[in-house]
Amino acid sequence: MINRDGQLGRALSALRRDPLALTGSLVLVVLVVVGVGGAWLAPSGINEVDVDRMLQPPSWAHPFGTDELGRDVLSRVMVAARVSLQVGLVSVGIALTVGVTLGLFAGYYRGWLDNVVMRCMDVLFAFPVLLLAVAIVAVLGPGLLTAMVAIGVVYTPIFARVTRAGVLSVREQVFVRAAVSVGASDLRIMRRHVLPNIAAPLIVQTSLSLAFAILSEAALSFLGLGVQPPDPAWGRMLFDGRGFVTEAWWLGVFPGAAIFLTVLAFNLVGDALRDVLDPRQLTVNEARRSTS
Amino acid sequence: MSEVVAALDDLAVWFPTAAGVVRAVDGVSLQIRRGETLGLVGESGSGKSTTGLALLRLVDPTAGTVRVAGEDVTRWSRRQLRTLRRRVAMVFQDPQASLDPRLTIGASIAEPLIVHRLVDGAAARRRRVDELLDMVGLRGDLADRHPHELSGGQRQRVGIARALAGEPDLIVLDEPIASLDLSVQAQIMNLLRRLQRDLGLTYLFIAHDLAAVEHMSDRMAVMYLGRIVESGTPTQIWQAPAHPYTAALLSAVPVADPQVERDRRRIILSGDIPSPVDPPGGCRFRTRCPQARPECAETDPVLAEVAPEHRAACLFAGEAVRAMRAA
Repeated sequence: MINRDGQLGRALSALRRDPLALTGSLVLVVLVVVGVGGAWLAPSGINEVDVDRMLQPPSWAHPFGTDELGRDVLSRVMVAARVSLQVGLVSVGIALTVGVTLGLFAGYYRGWLDNVVMRCMDVLFAFPVLLLAVAIVAVLGPGLLTAMVAIGVVYTPIFARVTRAGVLSVREQVFVRAAVSVGASDLRIMRRHVLPNIAAPLIVQTSLSLAFAILSEAALSFLGLGVQPPDPAWGRMLFDGRGFVTEAWWLGVFPGAAIFLTVLAFNLVGDALRDVLDPRQLTVNEARRSTS
Repeated sequence: MSEVVAALDDLAVWFPTAAGVVRAVDGVSLQIRRGETLGLVGESGSGKSTTGLALLRLVDPTAGTVRVAGEDVTRWSRRQLRTLRRRVAMVFQDPQASLDPRLTIGASIAEPLIVHRLVDGAAARRRRVDELLDMVGLRGDLADRHPHELSGGQRQRVGIARALAGEPDLIVLDEPIASLDLSVQAQIMNLLRRLQRDLGLTYLFIAHDLAAVEHMSDRMAVMYLGRIVESGTPTQIWQAPAHPYTAALLSAVPVADPQVERDRRRIILSGDIPSPVDPPGGCRFRTRCPQARPECAETDPVLAEVAPEHRAACLFAGEAVRAMRAA
C-alpha cells in the first residue's frame, strides 16, 4: 500500500530527525519486545503467590514491588503488555478493515449507499466511546475477545469517515477518469488508484487509534469488563491497586505509567507520521500553538 | 468514402445543476472516418470536450445516438462499456493530473493491457510496455519511474502510450498540447502525426488552438454553445469561412508576416459566450454576431452545404462574412 521509495522513506527519515518521535518509536520497540517475549523475559511467574512477601515496596528483588498476594508487579506489567498490544492490534484491525471498506464504497458510489452507511456511522459516533463499548460488552459478555470486538466497533466510524473524505476528493481526480477511460472496473479503480492515494491519512489514523484502543481496553479492564482475573491487564491492575493507594502506591503507579507511556508513544509517532504523510492536518502541538 | 469509425447523431448531453439544466452539447452530429483526424475547435464551454467524452460514454447522452465501429453504443451496459473503452481511447489535457502519482509509468501504461487481458504474464507485459514506450520516443527504463520524475512532455508521451496500448479504433485527443510548453507542443504534434501515419490511427483532435487544428486535421468542425456551426476541410475554412463565428475566430489568429499582420482586420466579438443553461432562441450566435438580423432571432439555422464537404449553420452563410470583412 505504501510507495516504497517515497512515503515510507520520508516517514523514516522524518522519525529520525524528530527527537520526540524517535523517543516514541523506541518506547514502542521496547513495548513490542516485551509484549512478544514478556512471559519469558519476566523475572518471575505472574501467578506465583507468596504470602510471606506481600505488599513489599520496590526493591532490587522486585523492582516494581509486590502486590497483596505477593506477586511480582514487574512481571505482571510485562505480561500485560501483550494483552494491551493484542487488543490494540486486533480491535484497530477490525475497525480499519470494516471502516475502510464501508467508507470506500460509500464515498465511491455516493447516493443512497453513502447516506445509509454514513448515517449508521453517525449514530455509532454519537455515543461516548466508553459507553458504547460497555454496552456492547454487556450484550456479548465480558472477556478479552468481546473487549476487542467492542473496541473495534467503537473505532469503526472514524475510519469510515477518514476514508470517505479521502475517496471523495480522489475520485474527482483526472487519473481516476483516465482509469475509467481505459475500461478499468470499479473494484480495480478502488484498489489500485483510490486506496493507495488515501493511504497517508489512514496510516496516521491507525497509529492514533492504537493509542485510544489501548486506553479503552484499560478502561474496560478497570471496569472488570475486559481481561478476566487471574490474567494480568494494566486496567485490571489499576483497579486492584486502588484499595491500597495509601499503603502500596506501586500497585497503581507502575501499570498506570505503562498505559501512559504506551499511549504517549503511539501519539507521538502518529503526530510525526501526520506531519510527513498528511501535511494538511494540524498536529496537536501546532493546533495548540495556533490557538494560544 | 472510407469506413466510418465513430458517429454521433443529434447528440445532446445535458447536465442538471443548481442553476438549471446546462446544455453542454445540444444537437451535434458528426462522423469520424478511419485514418483521418477530425479537428474540433471552440471556446471553453462550447461543449467540445463533452462531445469527446460522449464517444467513450464517459458522460451519458441525454438524447441522440453514439455509434462506434458500426455498433450503437448509446444504451450499452456498464460491462459492455468496458469493451467500448478498448476501441476508443483518450488522451487528456493535463498529463500530470491524468497519471496516478502512486503508480509507475509502466504500471499506468500496462493498465489497459491488464484490464482487457491483452497479454499473458508479467514478462510479456513488460515487453509490450517497452515497445509502447519506444513508439512514443521514451527510453524503456522510464517504466520504473513515477510521474513526478518526468517532464511535462514526457508525461504526455506516457499518456499517448497508454492510449495506444489497447490498439483502439479511435483516439480522442482532448486538448493534448494545451498545457505544454510551446516547443514541446510541436514535438507532441509531430509524434501524433507520425504515429497516425505508421499505425493508421484515427483521431478526434479537440483544441481551442485553430492553428494546431489546421496543422493536424483532415477535416475540422467549429463548435459554439453546444452546436457545430461550421465544418469542412481546414483549407476551405481558412480560405472561405462561411459562418461569422468562424470568421471572428480566424481573425484572432496572428499571422507570421508582419506586413500582413499590420493590415489584418480583426473582428472583435462583443460580450461573453451566453449561458448554456439558457441559450438564445433562434440562432445561438446572434447575441454576439456583428451581422445579426431580425430573421436570426426567429429561425434556428441548420448546418447546410455551402460547398462540397463544407457546411455552415448560418442563414446568411458566406454573405455575412463578406459583409463583416468589408465593414
